[in-house]
Amino acid sequence: MENRTPAVSMRGITKTFGSVVANEDVSLDIYRGEIVALLGENGSGKTTLMNMLSGIYYPDEGQIFIDGKEVVIRSPKDAYRLGIGMIHQHFKLVGVMTAAENIVLGLKEPGRLDLKAATARIRSICDQYGFVLDPEQKIYDMSVSQKQTVEIIKVLYRSADILILDEPTAVLTPQETEKLFAVLRNMKKDGKAIVIITHKLNEVKELSDRVVILRHGKAVDDVRTAETTTQQMTDLMVGHAVTLNINRSEPVNPKPRIGVEHLTVRTEDGILKLDDVSFEARSGEILGIAGISGSGQKELLESIAGLQRVESGSICYYSDHGEEKSLIGMNPLDIQQMGIMLSFVPEDRLGMGLVGNMDLVDNMMLRSYRRGHSLFTDRRSPHRLAEKVVDELDVLTPGLTTPVRRLSGGNVQKVLVGREIASAPTVLLTAYAVRGLDINSSYTIYDLLNQQKESGVAVVYVGEDLDVLLQLADRILVLCDGKMSGILDARKTNKNEVGLMMTQIGGEERE
Amino acid sequence: MNKKEPLFHVVKRDEMPWYHTWLIRIIAVLLALVVCSVVTMLLTGQNPLEVFEAIVYGGFGSPRKTWILLQNLAILLCVSVGLAPAFRMRFWNIGGEGQILMGCFGAASCMILLGGKIPNALLIFLMVVVSVLAGALWGFVPAFFKAKWGTNETLFTLMMNYVAIQLVSYFTIVWEVPKGSGKIGIINQQTMAGWFPSIGGNKYLLNVLIVAAITAFMYVYLKYNKHGYEIAVVGESQNTARYIGINVEHVIMRTMALSGAVCGTAGLLLVAGTDHTLTTTISANRGFTAVLVAWLGKFNPLWMILASFIIVFLSRGASQISTSFGLNESFGDIITGIIIFFIIGSEFFIRYKVCFRGQGTEEIERKKSAADARNEDRDRKSEENDRWKSKDGEEPASPDPQPGAEESAKEDTGKAPEGQKEDR
Repeated sequence: MENRTPAVSMRGITKTFGSVVANEDVSLDIYRGEIVALLGENGSGKTTLMNMLSGIYYPDEGQIFIDGKEVVIRSPKDAYRLGIGMIHQHFKLVGVMTAAENIVLGLKEPGRLDLKAATARIRSICDQYGFVLDPEQKIYDMSVSQKQTVEIIKVLYRSADILILDEPTAVLTPQETEKLFAVLRNMKKDGKAIVIITHKLNEVKELSDRVVILRHGKAVDDVRTAETTTQQMTDLMVGHAVTLNINRSEPVNPKPRIGVEHLTVRTEDGILKLDDVSFEARSGEILGIAGISGSGQKELLESIAGLQRVESGSICYYSDHGEEKSLIGMNPLDIQQMGIMLSFVPEDRLGMGLVGNMDLVDNMMLRSYRRGHSLFTDRRSPHRLAEKVVDELDVLTPGLTTPVRRLSGGNVQKVLVGREIASAPTVLLTAYAVRGLDINSSYTIYDLLNQQKESGVAVVYVGEDLDVLLQLADRILVLCDGKMSGILDARKTNKNEVGLMMTQIGGEERE
Repeated sequence: MNKKEPLFHVVKRDEMPWYHTWLIRIIAVLLALVVCSVVTMLLTGQNPLEVFEAIVYGGFGSPRKTWILLQNLAILLCVSVGLAPAFRMRFWNIGGEGQILMGCFGAASCMILLGGKIPNALLIFLMVVVSVLAGALWGFVPAFFKAKWGTNETLFTLMMNYVAIQLVSYFTIVWEVPKGSGKIGIINQQTMAGWFPSIGGNKYLLNVLIVAAITAFMYVYLKYNKHGYEIAVVGESQNTARYIGINVEHVIMRTMALSGAVCGTAGLLLVAGTDHTLTTTISANRGFTAVLVAWLGKFNPLWMILASFIIVFLSRGASQISTSFGLNESFGDIITGIIIFFIIGSEFFIRYKVCFRGQGTEEIERKKSAADARNEDRDRKSEENDRWKSKDGEEPASPDPQPGAEESAKEDTGKAPEGQKEDR
């Protein structure tokens, strides 16, 4: 393969943002009929590198060759002209339009728009590679996986033969991932050059022919996938040897802490988000919640935390003395004033859990500013708390007065989790606590959650990585489209079973 | 380097030290003056130095001119400070005009209806209460609708301006003096009932002192008070505010009532302190000028003092030019426009840097070596961490603070170069 001309050849690419070097002297070849995995931790410069290929950024230094000819890619339009198409993590689709309309949107073809011909062409693309898609379906009716299909076809429709997929599997179930991989393999057979950006090692092993590993913006290795191992790739990615295991202890004396019964929640638009969900979260135990994203996990946690209006059902808090308090109709302040120490690490860290533009001290103050009768805010105790969190959780920050949005994802999460566990909670709700975190930070968070569990906190962990859920949780509640698919003993189930239950209501109760 | 590389591209800067940002601002003002000079010479043939001298003379030429400048500064600052809490909350109150007018209306109605009938002190007290309440009401109504039904505050506050203008023009006819003139004229000219007293012979001093007090109050309120903190949280993220149990609707209504009340106070100062009359144009667009001042002052009451000084000084200077050189009034506006354009434009250069073709290679080299040092440091540190993890319970050495390298890159263009998975 190596003696052919590469479809894409990047030479000595450097890109800086302010004082941060995102890519430094990176060289990379991509051949046709090959799937390359671009592997690296967060902030290692994978997406930046590919953004320069797709015309979103312009490199500070270096050259790009397409089929051996030097090119200049100044905009996504240039990239399309060269046959380069990128599928981003965030889909850019118009909800009220159909798939076909979205696909032809923005194309400047001569003559009148012929939607019928376009639909026919979309169908033939689907047949060719094995996509399942109805071109006349509206985007708002589609699942995440279908939307992704639309994005991929959009790129193919523009005759791209160099495809870049940015973390394509992050939002998919195991079964959907399988389907995507099958399609990608078909494209590879068809002679397309494919790059997938990922930090999931098992996918690299399963799908790619070659893997390029980036660390701190530099390409540290370029190997055939068959000739490497997961451990080797991890070590290269992180830069030193890491051990990958989570210590799960047996729950000690679990007692009911939160009881949810027949919970039904609708959004303001009347869309049913949770349908008759019942479960119990126990002290000293981690309850995992699995499901395709958007299956009601957010609404479930927010209902408990007092942020979501509940249509029917009950949520009860059981204190250590056996008292029973209903949380229905309470807002977060009411819950706090009832003396219930309920902590919540929401999915949207900078949009809900923290204020991105405020510094560490002001963010610590969010929970405590009401204390005392003074008219003025007390910044001393939040300052002490911020110091403590930075110190104990190893938060890397230039200082306590740095706005938290300037910290990396892992450090932002440590600040948030640190604040939430500082109040010695009895219930800790977490949503996607390790999303976007690199391996080291993720394991720090797992350790923290396990510590909380061991000290008797009822931990609820909404997660997306099934491997982690199976290793971390004691029991797993599987949600499927707002309904309860079942509760499993995490020690006795497997990924396949959970994956199936995520897509269809099934699996008998094994409580 | 490639020849087809774009001529220039824009790159985000690092945080700059404060003296560097001020250097850029000062250069911007100097450049603005140069451009003004050229424009002056080309359009009018006047000596630009004389023109600049006239601008300064317009502001500080005599004690009277200085007092007028201070008085104008006080009113504009008062309105801007009134907008500050609303803007901090990201509530775009462009109804300052209407809130001022309602303050004027409240004060004037007391003077007209009660002047001479009750003791002056009581009258002034009532004027204060009524004008503050009138302004607060005009701020509260749009906030109430926003909080309850999510109406657009920009349109709503804007339309409240017209309601206020219509209200005042109706009562102008009701109270016109003399009948048929369509004007109210100077209210209580003989008795001076409801007029603010002059302090030490300076009739504007009281206004200036009141505004200084309001500005100081607002600074402390926004920065140190619990309400100020709530306003900041609501402004940054309503989700976060709800998450920590802040009643967002309540904060919106409370803050807008305050915002309107301060604007209403500006109306009181206009009627009782300086103009002693009521017209529909009494606020002279200050409600809108104050929006500019608030942004220039970055919603910080202290910076707003400087921003409103620049605006008032330039406009006083502009009218001086037109009188002393016999130029069209618009010429002064051209000069003002050029200077403000440069001041606002300088903010772009504080945040971004323009890289020309083939430039900046050296700088990249410098950054690379800096980043290398950092990365090595980071590797070393994470290894230490791992060692620490294996030895359970032992405290790690306190880490050197390191900037979250990749993150400042993230916010560059709003497009995440890497790993922005949180907001998927």
